[in-house]
Amino acid sequence: MGNTDTIIELRGITKVFEDDGFKAVDDFNLEVKRGEFVTFLGPSGCGKTTTLRMIAGFDMPTEGDILLNGKSIVGLPPYERPINTVFQRYALFPHMNVYENIAFGLRQKKTPKDLIDKKVRRVLDLVDLEGFEKRKIQTLSGGQQQRIAIARALVNEPEILLLDEPLGALDLKMRKEMQLELKAMHDKLGITFIYVTHDQEEALTMSDKIVVMSEGRTQQIGTPEDIYNEPKNAFVADFIGESNIFNGMMTRHLRARFCGGEWTCVDDYEEGTHITAVVRPEDVEIVPPGTGTINGVVDSVIFKGIHYEITVLSGRNEIVIQTVHSAKAGDRVGLRVDPENIHIMLAEDHTNLFYADLNRDFRLEYNGHELDTSVTRIFPGSRRQEDGSVVDGNGEILDPARVRILVAIQPGDIQMTDDQETGLVQGTISNLIYKGDHYSYIIHTDLEQDFVVDDEYLWNMDDRVGLLMPVEKMKFTLKRK
Amino acid sequence: MRFSRKTLGIPYAIFLIIFVAAPLLVLFYYAFTNGQGQFTISNFVHFFTDPNTLGTLFYSFAIALVTTTVCLLLAYPVAYFLATSGIKQQSVFLMLFVMPMWINFSLRITALKEILNLLEGNLAMHPFLNAVIGMTYDFMPFMILPIYTTISRLDGALREAAMDLGANSAQTFLRVTLPLSLPGVISGVSMVFLPAMTNYVVLDMLYNSTYIMGSLIGSYFAAYNWHGGSMISLILLAMICIFTLLTGSGDESQARGGALL
Repeated sequence: MGNTDTIIELRGITKVFEDDGFKAVDDFNLEVKRGEFVTFLGPSGCGKTTTLRMIAGFDMPTEGDILLNGKSIVGLPPYERPINTVFQRYALFPHMNVYENIAFGLRQKKTPKDLIDKKVRRVLDLVDLEGFEKRKIQTLSGGQQQRIAIARALVNEPEILLLDEPLGALDLKMRKEMQLELKAMHDKLGITFIYVTHDQEEALTMSDKIVVMSEGRTQQIGTPEDIYNEPKNAFVADFIGESNIFNGMMTRHLRARFCGGEWTCVDDYEEGTHITAVVRPEDVEIVPPGTGTINGVVDSVIFKGIHYEITVLSGRNEIVIQTVHSAKAGDRVGLRVDPENIHIMLAEDHTNLFYADLNRDFRLEYNGHELDTSVTRIFPGSRRQEDGSVVDGNGEILDPARVRILVAIQPGDIQMTDDQETGLVQGTISNLIYKGDHYSYIIHTDLEQDFVVDDEYLWNMDDRVGLLMPVEKMKFTLKRK
Repeated sequence: MRFSRKTLGIPYAIFLIIFVAAPLLVLFYYAFTNGQGQFTISNFVHFFTDPNTLGTLFYSFAIALVTTTVCLLLAYPVAYFLATSGIKQQSVFLMLFVMPMWINFSLRITALKEILNLLEGNLAMHPFLNAVIGMTYDFMPFMILPIYTTISRLDGALREAAMDLGANSAQTFLRVTLPLSLPGVISGVSMVFLPAMTNYVVLDMLYNSTYIMGSLIGSYFAAYNWHGGSMISLILLAMICIFTLLTGSGDESQARGGALL
């Protein structure tokens, strides 16, 4: 506070919807500087639009305060806030022509007729639609309607312009063009923009500052570079750009084990800490076998125009690599990553993830064991057709060679057993931490993966165990190759 | 044998011929002939020269106008609040307003007659008022439904956009909601105004001895003057056509309101 550069400040904003008790936004804090381009980024349902609606005045926060130029505006109705909105589906008035739509706000302020004329013409010029005054809204294309919606908001010279996924309804090419134009408009007008999108690329291209949100909470606030290069947690890393994400453990000072290898890194945590490691696909280097940290076999190579996307299998781990050098499927390769490109963060969620294969009988297989379930049972809507093939809920045929099943299981749902062969997979206890009422173990399996297992009994370090995983506790996600 | 679309259409064609085309032809025939079966326009001339028929026309017009206005003034706020309040029991409330339509018409009007009798003592004292009350009661749902449908289909973002651009609730209503709900109003008006000119059963059941267009036609036919009666029907039909043409833009929403009924 007291900083004259801050135009709007959100303090501890929480929104709970009365009808269903859903907490859409939870303790949201943000300061926006005058003239900044801020983007709220997150998947649908993360609370970004609700936050925007509270700034606009359509929704009232359950708790917290919104300060505009240091004064609270929480009690003000939308029509008394110097803020204008560009709506998701434009919300242009269908009974008015372009001129009347744009003039709506000015007429509300009793602006003299000749001034309205001048301002409407100027703003139409700005959005590149000179001479469209008399056109009916219904005769405009999506892109043109979008520009009129922007013009209608900008003509009021708001202190803050809110944009709620304004490019969502446009096709890709149009969207790219409008991104650049919006950015140019922002630079030219110097108005503060608050922009909502679920498109990470859009956010990275346009913003000065990005607020990554998930499930009503702020995950990270920072410049596009910060958020891309130094994601604060696995959610941000996964949501912004493509990432290889591994569960693992700190083995000693500046050394972490994940993905079947022990890597040198620059982030340090106490030895034995469960960590999540994030590596960007473009940061993985392919080197001759034996010279990298881990070895693997090239599984697939896809040409993407400016780079190749190469998938390498190392043990049971899959690593996605983007490189300008091609490789051949089946090649044995080594992989290395610069220590500063390995992002280590505390594992907050200890869900164990692994891939299972689909065999010819449409049953799930892991480590040579068949799981006691079938595709048709775990994916609603999927069914076996008369010719023996299986289709998913959308009627698309499942080809066992082209799909894998991502299995998630919680640490508390896995049991350890001395009778190793009855387990789905075998491994060695490589770490244990006492957690008050139970122990948390890390089992390093023979397939070079780390599993986190919670158990109330004490086992010893380096014990060989089998892991029992009940099928009914597993959650499945279908992944196509 | 294979059924083409044409074959399947035959029953409908027969229906249309028997119940729509043929009666219209008969109506035209009677309207433009006299008792001896000769062509004449005297029925037409008579309609516009007879002070009785003209008086009835204006009287019916006045009743229909007042009924429609009262219906509109009562129905619009109901439809508006039902459509915009966002209450969960929306459909229940709507049902409450529409439900009288499902109760037998003569029972409703008889009940209304008893109430009016109690209040006024002698029904014959206020024929105009009673006609308006009876018809408003009877036609109200036909006004509420199309307006409700139109307003509830308006994109809520439009109202928010108006508020965002500086309009308060009243200004938002006047500049956005009201103009955009006009198709529903037009369709409601056309569903109330024309029946209100002719539905003399309501009047009869309220022991109302005044004449509206419907009663006039009835009396012509009762007196075996099919030619005069047909001409009046034809003129009413023409008026309906003109009204529909004038409010052509309301067609789409009329279809929607109709679907809801």
